[in-house]
Amino acid sequence: MSNYISHDHEHDGIDRRGFLKCMAWAGTGVLWTISGGVLVSKTLAEVAKTGSSLPTATDLSFLQISDSHIGFNKAANKDVTETFKIALDRINAMPTPPSFLIHTGDISQLSKPEEFDTFDQILKSCRTKDVFYVPGEHDVINDGGKMYRERYLKNVQGKGSGWYSFNKNGVHFIGLVNVLDLQAGGLGQLGDDQLEWLEDDVKGLGADTPIVVFAHIPLWSVYPKWGWGTSDSERALGYLKRFGSVTVLNGHIHQVLQKVEGNVTFHTAMSTAFPQAAPGDAPSPGPLNVPAEKLRSMLGLTSVQYKQGKTALAVVDSTLS
Amino acid sequence: MNTFISKIKIAALLCGISGFSVLALAGEMKDTGTSGAGQNKIEIKDFAFNPQTITVKSGDKITWINRDEEPHTVVSVGKKFQRSSGLDTDQEFSIIAGAPGTYEYFCSVHPKMTGTIVVKK
Repeated sequence: MSNYISHDHEHDGIDRRGFLKCMAWAGTGVLWTISGGVLVSKTLAEVAKTGSSLPTATDLSFLQISDSHIGFNKAANKDVTETFKIALDRINAMPTPPSFLIHTGDISQLSKPEEFDTFDQILKSCRTKDVFYVPGEHDVINDGGKMYRERYLKNVQGKGSGWYSFNKNGVHFIGLVNVLDLQAGGLGQLGDDQLEWLEDDVKGLGADTPIVVFAHIPLWSVYPKWGWGTSDSERALGYLKRFGSVTVLNGHIHQVLQKVEGNVTFHTAMSTAFPQAAPGDAPSPGPLNVPAEKLRSMLGLTSVQYKQGKTALAVVDSTLS
Repeated sequence: MNTFISKIKIAALLCGISGFSVLALAGEMKDTGTSGAGQNKIEIKDFAFNPQTITVKSGDKITWINRDEEPHTVVSVGKKFQRSSGLDTDQEFSIIAGAPGTYEYFCSVHPKMTGTIVVKK
């Protein structure tokens, strides 16, 4: 297969030219996979035909959805509830249903109860019922996240402003909150309390425990000028350095970006609502207007597979086109 | 001695009151006077407050209008004045400038967005 990048996960990261090529595919309705350090891609048509793109023998599979922005109704997407529904249809059509979903924030556009209500109503159509949430800044605008916590973090016994962890199939999952108590002029922020909790949370874990961290704003400096980064993420990653496999899943920037640093794979998901420009490609990081026929190719979701014994988790992005 | 302490208490109380009322919500004021309405508009566009620094007189009305498709807020650094709720496209938020001084504010949704109000006598 000619469309692949081979790179050593343990050494020098992703080849830039190949990565950019994959980025182009991600924007044009193609799946791509990182598995065991090898990046491969297949068109959605290929997947539909064979169903073979996703690894079959897996111990755990879950799905990341992000940035639903229910309530948004501007030119970039007049019907975000419809595209959210399509995303759920895609989940329902998967040959092997995911064990659970992770929603990485911005459920709503304006933190309105009716927006959350609409989201909840549509989500009922999803056959995967287990969902883990972390808030986006759009979800906590007026009340410091109180309503969000009551609705979406009740079952996880969130600490502080709502962070938590849980274990599934030997994988340790950590949901972090980096959209609250933000400082003027600053970026996303975890804060001392959360960082201390994190240090303590992973203390007793063996270095071979696969770690999945999920939070709304990227935990790496994607583009600080647009606020696409978290000021104290380095400290958080410091606590995770000794682990052999760390996968960091974020939303916020409405596009797929990937970075590998040592044993840490950083990955951002597409939105189900509207795309945003590539870093620095627009005056500001607002909604990106694209031709109607192109929209769904820039929206999507992310599937993650974990197979016991493999170091890297397979991360597969698929668009809604 | 008692009188002295009382005076300190009163002074502290007055400071406290003035500290919280340097800028009041427009909705709480019956009349903005002749110096206010229509002036001192701050447009929120492309994730920025324009103008970023505005100089007004005490008692002036200041109005923000959001021209972005993203919601923004106006939040005082140090809670010196009442914050706005999330402003959707074309929504406005107003305050009345209070005591002279320099007031920093930002958008709590996009904290990279900052602005300054300079209030003169």
